[in-house]
Amino acid sequence: MKDTIDDINPRKEWLGTLAKSPEGRVGALLDQVMARPDFTWLRMPEIGSVMVRGRAGATGSPFNLGEVTVTRCSLRLADGTVGHGYVQGRRKACAEAAALVDALMQTENAADIRVAVLNVLEAERTEARTTRAAKAAATKVDFFTMVRGED
Amino acid sequence: MYVAVKGGERAIENAHAWLAEERRGDTSVMELSVPQIREQLALAVNRVMAEGSLYDPDLAALAIKQSRGDLIEAIFLIRAYRTTLPRFGASQPIDTANMTCDRRVSATFKDVPGGQILGPTFDYTHRLLDFKLAADGEVAQAPQREAAQAKVPHVTGFLNREGLIEEAPHDDTTPRDLTREPLEMPADRALRLQALARADEGFTLSMAYSTQRGYARNHAFVGELRIGDVVVEMDIPELGFAIDIGEITVTECETVNQFKGSKTEPPQFTRGYGLVFGQTERKAISMALVDRALRWEELGEDYVGAPAQDAEFVLYHSDNIQATGFLEHIKLPHYVDFQSELELVRKLRRDAGATPKQEANE
Repeated sequence: MKDTIDDINPRKEWLGTLAKSPEGRVGALLDQVMARPDFTWLRMPEIGSVMVRGRAGATGSPFNLGEVTVTRCSLRLADGTVGHGYVQGRRKACAEAAALVDALMQTENAADIRVAVLNVLEAERTEARTTRAAKAAATKVDFFTMVRGED
Repeated sequence: MYVAVKGGERAIENAHAWLAEERRGDTSVMELSVPQIREQLALAVNRVMAEGSLYDPDLAALAIKQSRGDLIEAIFLIRAYRTTLPRFGASQPIDTANMTCDRRVSATFKDVPGGQILGPTFDYTHRLLDFKLAADGEVAQAPQREAAQAKVPHVTGFLNREGLIEEAPHDDTTPRDLTREPLEMPADRALRLQALARADEGFTLSMAYSTQRGYARNHAFVGELRIGDVVVEMDIPELGFAIDIGEITVTECETVNQFKGSKTEPPQFTRGYGLVFGQTERKAISMALVDRALRWEELGEDYVGAPAQDAEFVLYHSDNIQATGFLEHIKLPHYVDFQSELELVRKLRRDAGATPKQEANE
């Protein structure tokens, strides 16, 4: 199945992590690891939209639900490595940082970036999700049966 | 004779300046920031995103500030902005079975796998004004409980297993898009769902309510209502594979409706579907009821002439930006139109009045 192949694509994973990152976080973490390398733009950061689709009855035919804002850019490092940045929202600086991280993950800096940027983003996301899930779980109804009077 | 007139520039400029001042209000009261609106008026932000048909909480909050809280005006601003954006593409259909649910309730099964999760709901509040909110106060932390990590299955799946409910078979037809082509009848279900997802909440609510009161009654149970986050995935041509390009909050409602069967289908339950951006459950439930009512033809039901069954009526009147645009334009200058009407009425009166006068003279 296509999904199974996608699931083991590490670049797909990190690009997804970068896209969902909070405002300013990728750039801040990147700047803590290393000085930003020189690059040339292949595509300057641009703000656009993506039409989000749903499925009728959750599983049926697709329909257009509405759009979401997305910022994207592409750049090339001096050694020729190409990085793509896609982030949700209108965030040109974040798209640039994401594209740099994508490019650097294909270079000898990958291990450092993995530890200091991607692992941190993933941990923060997991923590936020866990907290939210725990709050939801606390609102789960525990039913109990009342004892009936006539018995 | 038609005489072109110009004027009013200064009046308009001054009106806008006064609008800005009134928007700010009493300057001794602290100014509202866009992040405050985004965080603290989140349900207004959600409505503006849903009906503006653009998921961007910061923009929606800005629009609410700019419109002084007039949500239809805010939706107008978002729709106008949306048209300026280049479209990068369309996402893969979101997978709501993989939603991380903040809320998930079923009115049909008490002991539904995954449980009844109430979430941050107004339900069961007493609807009494809380004067503590008028004073500054810290909010207590919400309690937490360890959560099962398992994914929450859709309720309709259980009925599907018994064959008691119609299937929503998987297909990958590219849906028509009413932002790219005019909305024309007949509208297939995909087009109807797109129109309903961005439809005015009040209109959709009233249409849904009319079905409950007996106009095309299709007694609906909320099989499931869920609110939470789903990732949005899109194929990226330059990469050759799909990536998550974001994560959005949506509300999904699936209704389970009585169905006596038709010439081709045995008696079984049928379904209505609602899916809306943000935490917007009144809208999502309304959408599901209206979706179900509009499906009369494909289910072989009778058309009983109810407004909610009439796709043309529903879809052409559900968009509050189209409606307000046409409604509000009549307050703008129509001097020339009216002048011709005035001439016409005078002429008709002269024509009508001439005969009695002649009669009186005789």
